[in-house]
Amino acid sequence: MKYIDEFRDGTLAKKIASAIKNEVNPNRRYQLMEFCGGHTHAISRYGIPDLLPGNVRMIHGPGCPVCVLPVGRIENAIRLAQQPGVILCSYGDMLRVPTDHGMSLLKIKAQGADVRMVYSSIDAVRIAQENPQHQVVFFAIGFETTTPPTAIAIKQAQAMGLNNFTVFCNHVLTPPAISHILQSPEVRQLGWVPLDGFIGPAHVSTIIGSHPYEYFAEEFQKPVVIAGFEPLDVMQAILMLIQQINQGRADVENEFTRAVTREGNLKAQYLVAEVFELRRVFEWRGLGWVPYSALRIKAAFADFDAEKRFQIPALSIADHKACECGAILRGIKQPQDCKIFGTVCTPDNPVGSCMVSSEGACAAHYSYGRFRQTA
Amino acid sequence: MKSTGKSVIAGNAAYVRPIDFKKGRVEMGHGGGGRMTMQLIDTLFLTAFDNDILRQMNDQACFSVPAGRMVMSTDSHVVSPLFFPGGDIGSLSVNGTINDVAMSGARPHYLSASFILEEGFPLSDLKRIVESMAKAAHSAGVPIITGDTKVVEKGKGDGVFITTTGVGSVPDGIHISSELARPGDKILLSGTLGDHGIAILSLRENLTFHTSVQSDTAALHELVASMIQAVPAIHVLRDPTRGGLATALNEIARQSGVGIKLREDKLPIHEQVRAACEFLGFDPLYVANEGKLIAICEPDLADKLLQTMQASPLGRDAAIIGEVIADPHCFVQMETIFGGQRVVDWLSGEQLPRIC
Repeated sequence: MKYIDEFRDGTLAKKIASAIKNEVNPNRRYQLMEFCGGHTHAISRYGIPDLLPGNVRMIHGPGCPVCVLPVGRIENAIRLAQQPGVILCSYGDMLRVPTDHGMSLLKIKAQGADVRMVYSSIDAVRIAQENPQHQVVFFAIGFETTTPPTAIAIKQAQAMGLNNFTVFCNHVLTPPAISHILQSPEVRQLGWVPLDGFIGPAHVSTIIGSHPYEYFAEEFQKPVVIAGFEPLDVMQAILMLIQQINQGRADVENEFTRAVTREGNLKAQYLVAEVFELRRVFEWRGLGWVPYSALRIKAAFADFDAEKRFQIPALSIADHKACECGAILRGIKQPQDCKIFGTVCTPDNPVGSCMVSSEGACAAHYSYGRFRQTA
Repeated sequence: MKSTGKSVIAGNAAYVRPIDFKKGRVEMGHGGGGRMTMQLIDTLFLTAFDNDILRQMNDQACFSVPAGRMVMSTDSHVVSPLFFPGGDIGSLSVNGTINDVAMSGARPHYLSASFILEEGFPLSDLKRIVESMAKAAHSAGVPIITGDTKVVEKGKGDGVFITTTGVGSVPDGIHISSELARPGDKILLSGTLGDHGIAILSLRENLTFHTSVQSDTAALHELVASMIQAVPAIHVLRDPTRGGLATALNEIARQSGVGIKLREDKLPIHEQVRAACEFLGFDPLYVANEGKLIAICEPDLADKLLQTMQASPLGRDAAIIGEVIADPHCFVQMETIFGGQRVVDWLSGEQLPRIC
């Protein structure tokens, strides 16, 4: 497949692996965080840890959109979908995330609620058009990548004069989450999470560009390399990070030049700015309340805001006591450090959100990498 | 199709209004056991499936059995959409059960077919499906010799559900079972992965995309017959249908108490299937096949088996894709095209697309 196979070439991977081996200083450790779930998936799916020297460790960051959504918001969505006459639409993985009492959108669907999986926000608009007697709610989640399509859906619905389409907005922002991790006591003061550098997001960066990361590089003296989601991208980014660390540099470098510019996609940025505004604070699963880290719908588009049309209570529900998702999402613990990993909590019966999506650190490790524990 | 005696239609000189197979729809009466049922059986099922045993019109089919071990398998078909590129629920229900019987090394002899029809289902579609079943059964040389028809009220079915059962007999000296994989054995696959699943997905209401991928639905018993003739000591045969190759191999690993090691670079996958999986966020290892088989045999017989498979049109793209290893955890592992290792796990729930 053109433009895919080139980035999965095993021979080239071995060349980069040997370049990494030559570059690493055997007397130190390299702890690199890949922020995005897409990278976590690629790393696990292609067995990248097997190609890295023992002193290079990948820490899975919180960039899995399904994983960071707090249970309270999922409970909100479930209650919405249970209201008579409501059709709730969302993206695939989201349907499986369990709440504290084991409910999920898939389970209430089985009980008769009208929950539909869509591939695009525009599909939800089409469903609203086709079902004028129903209230169609699009349960919008995700980082900067999925936000512009939600803005388009709202503008389309407005242009069509739809009065039965609303968006339950849960869009979150990447830079505040990275800041939050870097400013956390575990990283900054206690040194529990030694972070030497970041692999920057792929698709998110196509929208926001590379300039938002310049602050982290400068303020926290951590190198950032923006990388595509293909496995060769990840390998190349790891090599570039190790080179920066060895040279004592902390720059923002762009491995994903085929899609990411410094400015990003300005058209998408304007669109998002037109429809959304910052929330003062938003709860993240694993990270807690993070200031200015999420978006809400502007008053001018209030007619399409599910939080305005329906009674949606503010719910804050704690994670299962034994679940270590919070610590795992911040890089403090690894999946196998969790007592319930692979026993009580499995992809079939996920307790925590990291076990739900294959982009989540726990599910990726369980599904692709757990043979390493038995070796 | 249960009834006694000769056709009421043929035996009655009075005029009977023919079934309208152009605009007519299934009515509750078609499953009521009365004259309407009889007319449907006579003019549709019996005409299409026609064979000596079915023509006796008993509540059961009576036939002689050969000496040796018999095999029986049953499968329900609820596919949606009912018609898809490369096949339909009719051909699928015939081929699927023939394949389940054949995976024991058996020669399939007969099939039964049971229909659950939803009130209001277009008779033209039913006719198309029944004729497709008849064609598949005829070309496989496995007649449908008994059956049943029920009608459920509108809203209580999804058009048509078909359950087929097959019987066959295993040739002497053949012992094929999923618990017989042994460390060192080679794993062969008869052709490309995921064609059926992608052909079906391309028509799903919420996903419509254009592809020329066709379902691979096919009866594999002739391929199996040539394989066991060349290599009678095949250990395992399995058709990787629902859940795909990954699920079938996990089942074999668990039943045999072994591990499996795959080579990703050896897996035959259609370019279009790979592309569709790429943008849908699916893994072709978990996508359904309806005309492929996995064979496991001792390493020194593998090349001979591979050549035999490749000589058949249904095994043209066959490849050796991995081997059986000793592993108390019964993991299916894969060496990725990248040179790394990963687990190829059981599917959890349904395959759902990722968001990013």
